[in-house]
Amino acid sequence: MKLFPNVSLGAFGIDPWWVTLIKVLAVFVILVLMTLLAIWAERRIVARMQMRIGPNRVGPFGILQGLMDGVKLALKEDVIPFTVDRAVYILAPIISATTAFMTFAVIPFGPEVSFFGVITPLQLTDFPVSVLYVLAIASVGIYGIVLAGWSSGSTYALLGGLRSSAQMVSYEIAMGLSFVAVFLYAGSMSTSQIVAAQERTWYILLLLPSFLIYVISMVGETNRAPFDLPEAEGELVGGFHTEYSSLKFALFFLAEYINMVTVSALATTLFLGGWRAPFPISLIPGVNEGWVPLIWFFSKIAVFLFVFIWIRGTLPRFRYDQFMNLGWKILIPTSLAWITIVAITRGLRNSLDLPTGQTVALLGVPLIAVALTLFIRDWRKANAEEALEENQILVTEIDPFAGGHPIPPLPGQVLVEQTSSRQGITNG
Amino acid sequence: MNVAWPIIGLGGIAFFFAAFSIIAGALTGPKIYNRAKLSAYECGIEPTPQPVGGGRFPIKYYLTAMLFIVFDIEIVFLYPWAVSFDQLGFFGVIEMIFFIATVFIAYSYVWRRGGLEWE
Repeated sequence: MKLFPNVSLGAFGIDPWWVTLIKVLAVFVILVLMTLLAIWAERRIVARMQMRIGPNRVGPFGILQGLMDGVKLALKEDVIPFTVDRAVYILAPIISATTAFMTFAVIPFGPEVSFFGVITPLQLTDFPVSVLYVLAIASVGIYGIVLAGWSSGSTYALLGGLRSSAQMVSYEIAMGLSFVAVFLYAGSMSTSQIVAAQERTWYILLLLPSFLIYVISMVGETNRAPFDLPEAEGELVGGFHTEYSSLKFALFFLAEYINMVTVSALATTLFLGGWRAPFPISLIPGVNEGWVPLIWFFSKIAVFLFVFIWIRGTLPRFRYDQFMNLGWKILIPTSLAWITIVAITRGLRNSLDLPTGQTVALLGVPLIAVALTLFIRDWRKANAEEALEENQILVTEIDPFAGGHPIPPLPGQVLVEQTSSRQGITNG
Repeated sequence: MNVAWPIIGLGGIAFFFAAFSIIAGALTGPKIYNRAKLSAYECGIEPTPQPVGGGRFPIKYYLTAMLFIVFDIEIVFLYPWAVSFDQLGFFGVIEMIFFIATVFIAYSYVWRRGGLEWE
């Protein structure tokens, strides 16, 4: 039996209409503001990481840069190429932006507060399957991207849209599997109940592998670096939004940043205790009541956004086959194995009344041993292969004109002696 | 009031915002006709002619979509099981291990047949 002292599901759907309206408008404004701030923060932080200063002209510290970018885009020509399928082409950015906003409806910002005399939870709405709703709306959001790529009538846009959708569906599986362990512990799929269930321990401590899988797949899901293959400039120009300009392009941009905020908020809700204060602060009475939790909630989101930007500033882009391998061959089997382990551990604990410590020891020690053995075997194999490759390079002789183009030798390679390089080209 | 109303409200505001942006974008910007500008972008060369209804694309993407559906349905089965885990007792664990094992066989088959390879 679980006790949910905080917010019960009965608290939703009973607000007076004006409270709902204010909450809806507040969520909308918060998301737009977060986007503008995130764009500014990203440009400033990445600039610092690359030893630059970044935008610092518009407003204090350049904080209005995001807004100015939007105004600039609005004043640009709205080019609609004649190759496009007009209706779908215009609909696609609307789908992307609308679904991005809609996902946020079930994210809990805080506990119940008194709002002009009305007791209402700091959350737009909630129902027993709200995380499923987030996944569903996120899937609809993929339509925006694939339709944008398809309707543009351009090779790059089509390939970018396909890549993007293949990437998002692949990582959605890993993402969905990482939620299973959370539902198992919380006994609910509703966001407010999951937060309530984390009153004692955050799930990041209990379910660290799930959290890691979620964090990797959330970066893949939002098409962000190092997984920003749909817009790999070197190969696909701009990807699915190559043919979009002016405010239509801005809508895709907006959707991308809102999605970043949403997946961060979801990570906070499912693994980091939602709006609860972090450990040492949580001992102070009153920090988890009223409007105060908004501070913790937005701080946690800010940390995630910073990590997004940090990753972008640090890692080079993945190659597409490596990226798909990571998703399908590593994340999915790992999640499945992890769910099995969690289920067995919790099942044993429930039915045998073993203390958690003993169960973990009973199952954990052999599992860690197996994992280590496999890891060491793989590592040795990789080392052996590497050594073999190095040896092969050492004995290689290369003909610098074999392909018709002159190639410089790699370290360890020896050039083949040639009497005349000219002849090498014509004959070879 | 129903729990769905806030979602409809948020979606409505977002939709109007997006539609308004698109209309505003069409009105605020300049309009200068240029034939080359209106053709699909392909690094300055004449764009490859595209058949009506989209060009050809690698079959691999189709396969990925099919595999996604298979595994997504598996996840949908796992969710209700996870939510009612504590009520099911150890019986639920054993049943679900059988289910995951079955899916894992399918998964290994796909892997073995090269369905997950991406050249």
